[in-house]
Amino acid sequence: MATNILMPALSPTMEEGKLAKWLVKEGDTVKSGTVLAEIETDKATMEFEAVDEGKIGKILVAEGSEGVKVNAPIAVLLEEGESADAAPAATPDIAGAMKDIKAAVKAEAAAPAPAPKAAAAPAAAAPKADGARIFASPLARRIAEQKGLDLSGINGSGPRGRIVKSDVENAKPGAARPAAAAAPAAAGGIPGVAPLPDARLLYPAGSYEETPHDSMRKAIAKRLTSAKTLIPHYYLTVDCNLDALMAVREKMNAAAPKGKDKVPAYKLSVNDFIMKASAMALMKHPDVNASWTDTAILRHKDADVGVAVALDFGLITPIIFKAQTKGLVEISNEVKTLAALAKEKKLKPNQYEGGGFSVSNLGMYGIKSFTSIINPPQSCIIAVGAGEERAVVRNGKVEISTVMTVTMSADHRVVDGGTGAKFLATLKQFIEEPASMLL
Amino acid sequence: MADSYDVIVVGGGPGGYVCAIRCAQLGMKTAVVERDRMGGICLNWGCIPTKALLRSSEIWHLLHRLGEYGFSGENFKFDAAKIVARSRAVSKQLSDGVSFLMKKHKITVIPGEAKLAGRGKLTVTKDGKTSDVTAKNIVLATGARARTLPGLEPDGKLIWTYREAMVPDSFPKSLLVVGSGAIGIEFASFYRTLGAEVTVVEVLDRVLPVEDEEISAFAAKAFTKQGMKLKTGTTVTKLDKGANSVTCTLQDKAGKTEQVTVERVILAMGIVGNVENIGLEAAGIKVEKTHVVAGKYGETGVEGVWAIGDLVGAPWLAHKAMHEGVIVAEKIAGVKGVHPLNTSNVPGCTYCWPQVASVGLTEAAAKATGKKIKVGKFPFIGNGKAIALGEPEGLIKTVFDAATGELLGAHMIGAEVTELIQGYVIAKSGELTDQELGHTIFPHPTLSEMMHEAVLAADGGAMHI
Repeated sequence: MATNILMPALSPTMEEGKLAKWLVKEGDTVKSGTVLAEIETDKATMEFEAVDEGKIGKILVAEGSEGVKVNAPIAVLLEEGESADAAPAATPDIAGAMKDIKAAVKAEAAAPAPAPKAAAAPAAAAPKADGARIFASPLARRIAEQKGLDLSGINGSGPRGRIVKSDVENAKPGAARPAAAAAPAAAGGIPGVAPLPDARLLYPAGSYEETPHDSMRKAIAKRLTSAKTLIPHYYLTVDCNLDALMAVREKMNAAAPKGKDKVPAYKLSVNDFIMKASAMALMKHPDVNASWTDTAILRHKDADVGVAVALDFGLITPIIFKAQTKGLVEISNEVKTLAALAKEKKLKPNQYEGGGFSVSNLGMYGIKSFTSIINPPQSCIIAVGAGEERAVVRNGKVEISTVMTVTMSADHRVVDGGTGAKFLATLKQFIEEPASMLL
Repeated sequence: MADSYDVIVVGGGPGGYVCAIRCAQLGMKTAVVERDRMGGICLNWGCIPTKALLRSSEIWHLLHRLGEYGFSGENFKFDAAKIVARSRAVSKQLSDGVSFLMKKHKITVIPGEAKLAGRGKLTVTKDGKTSDVTAKNIVLATGARARTLPGLEPDGKLIWTYREAMVPDSFPKSLLVVGSGAIGIEFASFYRTLGAEVTVVEVLDRVLPVEDEEISAFAAKAFTKQGMKLKTGTTVTKLDKGANSVTCTLQDKAGKTEQVTVERVILAMGIVGNVENIGLEAAGIKVEKTHVVAGKYGETGVEGVWAIGDLVGAPWLAHKAMHEGVIVAEKIAGVKGVHPLNTSNVPGCTYCWPQVASVGLTEAAAKATGKKIKVGKFPFIGNGKAIALGEPEGLIKTVFDAATGELLGAHMIGAEVTELIQGYVIAKSGELTDQELGHTIFPHPTLSEMMHEAVLAADGGAMHI
C-alpha cells in the first residue's frame, strides 16, 4: 500500500521547517536508513532518513519550501510493483505519522539533538498563552467554570490534547503549568506569537535542581512580562556630573547632629538626592508623572516616587509618597524604613502599589549603565549607574569629575521623546546643582 | 526456522481480527491463529447469526399484523430449516469477508490452536501436528464460552447452549430458558415469536438485570403480554431428561418448588473465559474467575503478552473487544495518546422485541454515587415516527449529573433503539452535556427526536408530552 512520507518533527518544539534539499528523486528506490532529505529547523539542519523500503512515487513538496508543517505529506512511498497512481490522498495517516515518530534523525549542525523522550511529549503541552483556541470538552469547560479553574493552565489528556473531565477533576485552582505561570496571563497572550517551550524539555532530567515558584517570583514574572511585552519602551541616557552633589552631601552628612551614642541622626546617600531630584523634576513635568489607561492619561498631582529594593528572594519597589513635600532627611529615613520592611516581607500593598515614577539604582554594584523595565501603572523609570571618576572634557581641557550615567525607560504611549528629554534635562540640572531645587 | 512476526494474535474473533488489522495498518508484520472460522463466536455463533434469526421472527410478527397496514393474507407458514439456513449463510458470508480482510491487509492466518511456549514463542497444533512461530508481541484473544453449572450441563440434544439453539433441526413447541441476560432473552424472544411456549427463569429479581430497573419492568410487561412466562428470583434445581422432553424443577426464593416439562432447555447463564490450554500458568499470567487479569491497556504483566476481549473482563461484548484490540495494537506500535477503555462509555444492546439499548449508569447506580441527578423520560407514544411505524410502545430515559450536566447514563426500550443508542454514546465519549444535547437539532420525523425530548425532559422541557 502506498504511504505518505510526512514532514518529521526533529525536535520537541518544532512546528514547521524548511525542506532544504531532496537527496532522492521520484523513482528512486530507498531502504531503511536511506537519507531522503535535509530538513532545516530554526536551530539546525538535519538529515531525514527513510524507515521503510520502497520507491519514491511522488515528491509532494519541492525543495527549498519553507514553513512546511510537521506531519504534512512531503512525498509518497510506493511498495514494489505499485504505480504512482496508487498514491493515497494527501492527508496524513496515522501509519505514516508513526513511521516519522520512529524516524532516526542525525543532527548535522552544532545544535545538540534534543533528548528523544521529549519527542514523545504530547503536543498539547504547549501553553495556550498565545491566545490559541483551547480544546476542551463541554463537560470539562463546565466543571472548570464551577471550580474556578483557568483552562489555559491545564494539560489535556484527551484526543489531540483535548481537555477532558478527568483533567479538570484532577486540577486544583491556581495549579498551572510552569510555562503558564510566566505567561502574560492577564493580557491573554499576544496573538501570533509562539509560546515558549517548557525548559525541562531541553535538559536531561537530573541535570538541574527545580525550585518551585513562590508568589513573589510569580508576580515578578507576570508583571514584568506584561510590562515589557505590552508597553512600548524607549530609552534616554544622560551623564550627570556629581561633583557638586558629592560636596553638598559630604557637608550635610558632616553636619548631622549626633545622639548620645554618637550615631548621626541621618546619613544621606546619593540615591536620596536622586529621589528628591526626581520628585522635583516630576512636579515641573507633570506629563511624565502620569499613567496610561485605555481611554485617558492620568496625570498625578503628587510626586510618588518608587525605589527598587533588591532582596535575596526577589525585588520590590516601595514608594515614597508626596516626595515633593519631603526633605532629604525625611526621604532618606523613609527609604531605610521601607527597605527594612521589604527585607522582612512586611510591606503592605499601600506601601508599594501605585506611584508615578521609579528609581532603580545598581551603582553600588559598580554597574556603569543599564536599562530598567517600566513598573506599571507608572510610565517612566530611571536606571542609575555608579558615580565614578571619569575624564571629562571641559572648555577644551581634560578634567577629572565624578560622573553618573542615568538611563530612563519611558512608555511612549504617555511620554513622547521630546517630553522625556526635557524631563531628563531638568533632572540632570537638579542632580548637578542640588541647590537649584530650592528655586 | 520458525516463522517470525511483529505481532501474533491468538483468536480470530472480533477482538482478535480487529487487533490484527490495526497492527497491519500500523506497519507491523501480523499473524492470527484461529482454530475454527474467522470471526469467532460473534460472526459464527453469536451476534450475527442471531440477528439473522431475529429478522425472520420480526417478519413473522409483522405478517400477523398485515391488517393494520392495509394488507390481507392468511395461512402463513415458515420453514425452520430455511430460517436456519439463511442465518448460516449470513454467517458464512461475513466470515469469508473477514478472511478476505486478512488477505487484504497481508495478515497471515495460521489454522490451529496456539499455546504460549516461552518468551515470544507460540506452539501451534493442527491435526496433531505442531509448529512453532515467534513474535515480538502476542495478543491473546481466545474469547469465552457458555457457562455451565453442576446439574445444568448441556447435552446438545435436549439441553442446549446458544450453539445448538441457533441451528435446531426443528423448532420446539415448548422451551425453558435459564438466564435472562441478552443471550437468553434474544432466544426467548425469537422462539416465542415463532410460536413456542417459552418460560424464562432468572435467579435475580428481574429480567435483563443489568439494565435500568424501569426498562427491566417495561420489558417484563411487554414479554408477559406476548405470552412469555417469566420466573424471577427462581433457580433451576434439577433437569430430568425424558425421551423428547425435559422436566425442570424450579425453586423460588421462598423455597417453593414446581415442575415444568418442556421439549428443550437453553442454558444462558453467562460465560466463562477460554483460559485453558494456552499456556497461561507456565507463562506466569494471572487468571481470576476464568478470566485473564489484564491492565488497562491489556498488559498481562508478562512482557510482550497482551490480552483482550471476553478473555479479559466485562462487559463481554464484541464492540468492547474490538476497541481493546485497537488499543493494544496502538500501544504495541507506540502511538501517542492511546486512552484506556472507559467501560461507562460501552453501550449494550439486546435485540429482543421490543429492543433494549443502554449506555452508562442506571438511575439506581447514578443515585448510589451520591451525586444529585436529574432524570428525563420520553415515551414512544409522543413521537410521530413511532406512531407512523405502528410501534408506539417504548421509552427513552436519560440520567444526568444535576450539577455539571454530565450524561451519566441513557436507557431505551422500543423499536430500533439499538440503532439509536450511538447518539448518546457519542455524547458521552465527547463529554457533551445536557446543554449541547438540548441545542442539537434532531431530524423530524424520526425516532431520534425522542432522544432530544428525553434530554429536555430532564429539565421539565419536553415539547411533545
